[in-house]
Amino acid sequence: MIFEGLADRLQETFKKLRGHGKLSEEDVNEAMREVRMALLEADVNFKVVKGFIKKVQERAIGQNILDTLTPAQVVIKIVNEELTELMGGTQSRINMSPTPPTVIMMVGLQGAGKTTSAGKLGFSLKKQGKHPLLVAADIYRPAAVKQLQVLGEQLEIPVFAMEAGTDAVTIAKSSIDFARSHVNDVVIIDTAGRLHINEELMQELKSIKKEVRPHEILLVVDAMTGQDAVNVAESFNGDLGLDGVVLTKLDGDARGGAALSVKAVTGCSIKFVGMGEKLEALEPFYPERMASRILGMGDVLSLIEKAQTAFDVEEAKKMEKKLRRDEFTLDDFLSQMQQVRKLGSFEQIMGMIPGMGGLKKQLAGADIDLNGKEMKHIEAIIYAMTPKERADVGIINGSRRKRIAMGSGTHVQDVNKLIKQFAEMKKMMKKMKKMQKGHMGLGGFKLPFMH
Amino acid sequence: MGFFDKLKKGLTRTRESFTGKIEQLVMGYADIDADLLDELEETLIMADVGVKTTERLMDAVRRGVKKKEINTPEDLKPFLEARITEILATGSDELHTASEGPTVMLVIGVNGAGKTTTIGKLSAYYKEQGKSVMLAAADTFRAAAIDQLEIWSQRTGAVLIKHEEGSDPAAVAYDAVKAAKARGIDMLIIDTAGRLQTKSNLMEELSKINRVIQREIAEAPHETLLVLDATTGQNAIRQVELFTKAAPITGVVLTKLDGTAKGGVVVGIKSELSMPVKWIGIGEAVEDLRPFDAADFAKALFDK
Repeated sequence: MIFEGLADRLQETFKKLRGHGKLSEEDVNEAMREVRMALLEADVNFKVVKGFIKKVQERAIGQNILDTLTPAQVVIKIVNEELTELMGGTQSRINMSPTPPTVIMMVGLQGAGKTTSAGKLGFSLKKQGKHPLLVAADIYRPAAVKQLQVLGEQLEIPVFAMEAGTDAVTIAKSSIDFARSHVNDVVIIDTAGRLHINEELMQELKSIKKEVRPHEILLVVDAMTGQDAVNVAESFNGDLGLDGVVLTKLDGDARGGAALSVKAVTGCSIKFVGMGEKLEALEPFYPERMASRILGMGDVLSLIEKAQTAFDVEEAKKMEKKLRRDEFTLDDFLSQMQQVRKLGSFEQIMGMIPGMGGLKKQLAGADIDLNGKEMKHIEAIIYAMTPKERADVGIINGSRRKRIAMGSGTHVQDVNKLIKQFAEMKKMMKKMKKMQKGHMGLGGFKLPFMH
Repeated sequence: MGFFDKLKKGLTRTRESFTGKIEQLVMGYADIDADLLDELEETLIMADVGVKTTERLMDAVRRGVKKKEINTPEDLKPFLEARITEILATGSDELHTASEGPTVMLVIGVNGAGKTTTIGKLSAYYKEQGKSVMLAAADTFRAAAIDQLEIWSQRTGAVLIKHEEGSDPAAVAYDAVKAAKARGIDMLIIDTAGRLQTKSNLMEELSKINRVIQREIAEAPHETLLVLDATTGQNAIRQVELFTKAAPITGVVLTKLDGTAKGGVVVGIKSELSMPVKWIGIGEAVEDLRPFDAADFAKALFDK
């Protein structure tokens, strides 16, 4: 990875800062440098970053550090909350006109994904029982009309096109009449991609807007867009007045800071996100997920919150004691696992832990299958053991292994694997125990980043 | 208008927001202080030079101040100009061609970067130079991609090799290389479907196309061009890193450089990726795609 997640970096920053108290100005300033870098690397616009940092700074200085959270986690929590708020709520709805047809205009730069998004939006609306009409108003790019026609055919949505040479305004205008006479209640106009500084083409959009009076103008923005996203959004918003944003290509590995920039300068909510070229519906936008993605830190916060509720404090204390005395048994292992499972699937958890994204990929290909099925097998194997065996793995010889495999409906290899894993885990826990010297706020099963 | 003037015009916005901003800073400050350096850093980042490159340039500036190479704000502009020109001039941006037989260009990139349009313009460029050109429609995935390339082949008088939509792109590439050899074509330009670098199956498909070409002509593709949309931010780095694993990139084509304030991205690509920039697109017209010339670019960026 070229960038570590913000959480990891903050952890590093706050290494020296131990214990409790309040966040000092100095601590916060240091942390803000990292936050700033993380945001800039995610392509959030510089000006937006500046304003944001100021706000977080004010809130963070003097903040009490709770018992259960480290200073880094406190800062992350504030950053994440502010970021989520700035990103706006979930509003994946189209302004529907009381008198059909509802007219939607898709606008944006070349290659942002307007045509694909138009198709997907049509599909979403169709699934909601609407009768959309797609309008091919991109008269410039070769075969753009054909592209929309092919999409329409695949989605079984009618496409309105006119013969070559017709101007975009006429096409848009005629499509409304067509929709009325063909009982299409939503009209989605796919316009040509254009640079926001191209006055002539921006004028064309203004003319279309004037003629068809759209209920919704959606700006389609590529999630990979850099610093210029602000200028693009500002121009389109200034010229047309946007109602919403569609963020595309989020299935890639772009951090998507453009989302924040666009939201900050236009105030428009991001209504939908595009995840790939396959023609499925557009997906709704989740501000919290986007915030975490921009920070490159997985869904740490929900993990922190989940961890706080899922772990039974008493249980944790008991476990800690056992660990210290090296009495950790397979029974304990099982109960730990069951606790962890309350957090969600293992894979989900890995996704939520910063820096674990890569590990998750590795693990997926390695011998540990991290989905719930594997967990079920482990459970079955442990249940098939006698209490004595669970307390002391050492006594499990070949014939016991065979019996356990039979009893749990698994294979001897599975039993071997589990025993090996358990031994490894014990070793790891010993190491961790040494590292953190008994400071265990969240329970025996410490997640790697929570020291 | 000559290409240099066109380049200058295309970079107007960049110049205004970048070079212009630096000049303003120079005027506005009597001394080099922390505020000035902060604003300079901001200017570099806003021009999409990239976070790492900005840090590098700022380090150089700070060292320059320490070593008394920069004494007044006026010294900043020539200092940066020299550093940036130096970055731009690293590596060779020359285009590779075949010593005999067809020169094969494989054009790759993410969705919407402008691959097909770039190919249309490349076709026009080589045609104008009197070369015979063949286009291969190996984007068999996107709706109407083949039609789009076909229109370009008609416009520029290039031969088109195509299969059905949905067919194997490697087979298209194979047929095209065979045909180009048999017909004595000078330039074979292969279009591929847009793909995000994170889709491993699609990257595997790309490396298969590459292998098929290599099997037919050992030193081909002579150029594997990654088409990058200049509006792309930091993700460009990931694109170069991952694409080159599937099909070793020989250079970058930067599209949509015109008009807006993002010319700095070239500096970032050069410095962070050490990747040659082979072509730049500074306008929508066919002749607006040209081979990249570092010296011209630097001059256009800093010229008044």
